[in-house]
Amino acid sequence: MDLEYVMATRQLLSGNEAVALGALHAGCARGTGYPGTPSTEILEYYDTIGGPAEWAPNEKVAAEVALGVAFTGARAMVTMKHVGLNVAADVLFTAAYSGVQGALVFVVADDPGLASSQDEQDTRRYGIAAGVPIIEPGDSQESYDYARLAFTLSARWRIPVILRMTTRVSHTTGIVQPSDALETPANPHFVRDIPGRVMVPGHARLKHRELRAKLAEIQAWCETEGPNRILPGASPVGIVSSGVASQYAREACPEASLLKLGMTYPLPFKLILGFLKDKARRFVIEENDPFLVEQIRANGGDVPWNPEQYRMGELNVARVLRILAGAATPEPAPPRGKPPSLCAGCPHGHVFAVLKKLDCIVAGDIGCYTLAALPPLSAMDTQICMGASIGVGLGLRHVLPEAEARRVVSVIGDSTFMHSGLTGVAEMVCNPPPTGHVLIVLDNQITAMTGQQENPATGRKLDHTPTTRIWIEKVVAAMGVPTVLVLDPVRQAAELEAAVVQALQSNDLTVIVARQPCLLAARQIRAYEQK
Amino acid sequence: MNKSKTINIRIAGLGGMGILKSSQILAEVLFQAGYDVKKAEVHGMSQRGGSVASDIRFGRNILSPMIPDGEIDFLLVLAPEEIESHRAALRPGGVLIDARIFDTIALPNRKSLNIAMLGALSRHLDIPVASWHQVIQAVFPEKHQALNVNAFDAGRNLPK
Repeated sequence: MDLEYVMATRQLLSGNEAVALGALHAGCARGTGYPGTPSTEILEYYDTIGGPAEWAPNEKVAAEVALGVAFTGARAMVTMKHVGLNVAADVLFTAAYSGVQGALVFVVADDPGLASSQDEQDTRRYGIAAGVPIIEPGDSQESYDYARLAFTLSARWRIPVILRMTTRVSHTTGIVQPSDALETPANPHFVRDIPGRVMVPGHARLKHRELRAKLAEIQAWCETEGPNRILPGASPVGIVSSGVASQYAREACPEASLLKLGMTYPLPFKLILGFLKDKARRFVIEENDPFLVEQIRANGGDVPWNPEQYRMGELNVARVLRILAGAATPEPAPPRGKPPSLCAGCPHGHVFAVLKKLDCIVAGDIGCYTLAALPPLSAMDTQICMGASIGVGLGLRHVLPEAEARRVVSVIGDSTFMHSGLTGVAEMVCNPPPTGHVLIVLDNQITAMTGQQENPATGRKLDHTPTTRIWIEKVVAAMGVPTVLVLDPVRQAAELEAAVVQALQSNDLTVIVARQPCLLAARQIRAYEQK
Repeated sequence: MNKSKTINIRIAGLGGMGILKSSQILAEVLFQAGYDVKKAEVHGMSQRGGSVASDIRFGRNILSPMIPDGEIDFLLVLAPEEIESHRAALRPGGVLIDARIFDTIALPNRKSLNIAMLGALSRHLDIPVASWHQVIQAVFPEKHQALNVNAFDAGRNLPK
C-alpha cells in the first residue's frame, strides 16, 4: 500500500460504517435489511457511499432478497439486530443447505447489556444450529477486514456467513485503514441448478452432507489460516477471547498470553488446545453465553466456567479483572442515569392517555411507544417481539372473563405493523374472540425508535425517494375488518376516546389508525414530500 | 502531550444536547493530530431524552473503547444533574468541566453549548486552535459554522 493511498483513505469510522465500507470494497451488489439498534447505520452508510441498499418489510424478506441476489453469482449483505435473525432464521437454516453462487453475508448485531433490546440472545449459537461460519470483529479495523473476509469465505465455500457485531463494536468509532485491493462486482447471470436450490427432501439430504463437508473444510482452514492471533505475554496466564472482549482482556491483563479468535464457528480446536497446553492458569473471556467455554470443554480443553453473572450484561475492563480474580460476589450497580421517555408532545402519548383513562389492558409492541410502559404512563401491559401485540391481545380476549376481555386493546406502530402485523390481522379476522377486538395502529409515518427510517407505509425508500405507499387502513379493510377509522390523536383526541369506548363495547373488530407524524421527523417528512 | 500515554475524556449530558456531535469533533481533531483514537457511545433508546455519554480515549494504542472507572482525565458535563453519576469515574486530579461555567457568559446560541465546552477542554490539550476550527467547519453546514466557531472561542477564552 503506498503512502498516498494510506493518507487519502485512513479514516475514523464506527464499526457499522466500517462494515459498510468493507462490503462496498468486497464488491457487494446489494444490501438489504430491517432497521434495528445497533445495526441500523450499516445500510444507511452503505447507501451514502454508493452501495445499493434497501429497507425490506422485515428481516426474513430482506434475507430472501439477499439470497436471490446471491443465487446469481453476485454478492449480497443482509443486516439486522440479533432478534431480527429469529425472524430470518427460516431463510438461514435452509440457505446453509442450498448455499450460494456469489456470496451472502448476514451482518447480525447483538446487544449484550440490552442497551436497546428486549433480550440478550447470543447469535453465535445460530452458527452451530444452522451450520454457518461466525466471524467476530472487535473494533472498527476488524469490522472492515472481517467484512471483507466474510465475503471471501462465503464466495470460496458458497455458504452464508454470519458477521457477528455487538453494540459496542457497532457504535465505537476507531481508525480504519481500508485495503487497496478492491473487488469488482461479478456479472450476475442465471445458471439453472434445481437439485441445488429446490430443497425438497431428496435434494436436501444430499445438501446436508455437502454442508457438513464444507464446515469440515472451513474448520481445517481456520486452524492454520483463520483470523486468529496469539498475543504472547510473560505470565503463565492464558486467555482465550473473541470480539471486543479481547480488547478488555488485553487492557486488564497485558502480561497474559491472549488467543484472540476472529472466527468462533467452526473453532480451531487444535490451535486452542495447543495454546492452552503450557498455561498454568486458563481463562475464557467472552460476552453473552459461555459459547466458547462449552465448545472448548466439549473438545477436551480444560477451561473453567466463569461465574454465571458474567453472561449477563456487557463486559468491561473492571468486570474482566473480576473474572480473572474469580470474583462471584455481587457487583456494584452501574450509576443510573435519566431513563428515556416519550418526547414531550409525542402523538403516541395522547393515545396512551386515553387507554390509561379507560383502564385498558394493553397488549403492546416494539417501538418508541413501548416507553409508555414506564411511569408515569404505565400504560402498556405486554411487549414481547415484533407483531406480538395482535396475537397476544387476541389470546387474552379468548379466555379472560368478559368484563376483562372487553378492556383488551392491541397497540402496534406503523413499521412494526408492516414487519409482522399483517398475519396478526389475518388471525384476528379468521379467529375473532367472542367480544371482538380493538387494534390501534400508531402511525407516526416513520420508523422512529431506530432513528427515523422509512418503511412500506411511508411511501419512501431507504434513500427517502418516493415509492408506492401502502395505506394501512386500506389493507385492513381489504382483509375484512368491518370498522376502520383514521384519526389524528392530537387534534381529534375526543373523537379518538369516543371511538375506543364504542369499539370496546361492540363485539366486532375495529382498527383505529392514529395518524400524526413523529415530532422529531415531521419537518424532514414534509421536506421529503415536497421534493 | 506524551503520545504514548492514554488520555481519557468523557462528555455527558442528556439526549438532544449534542453530546454525539461534540464527541465526533473531538475524535476527529485527535485523529488528525496523529493519535490512536476510540470513541464509544450507545445510540437508540437512550437518545429519547435520557442520559447520554460518550467516551473518547486517545494515545498510542487504545484497547477498551470505554474508560475504566477512576481513569477519566477530563469530564465534560452539559447537564448539571448528570454530574453525580459520573464524578466517581474521575481520576484523582482529573478535571471536571461543568457547563455552568457558561451561565454568565453570553454564548451566541445556547444550542452551541456543546461546542463551547470543547473550547473549554481545548485549553488542556496541546492541539493548535486552527485544527479545531477546521474540523468544526467541516462538520457543520455553512450557515452554522461561524456560530459554532464563535462558541468554541468563547469556551477557549474563558477567564481562567
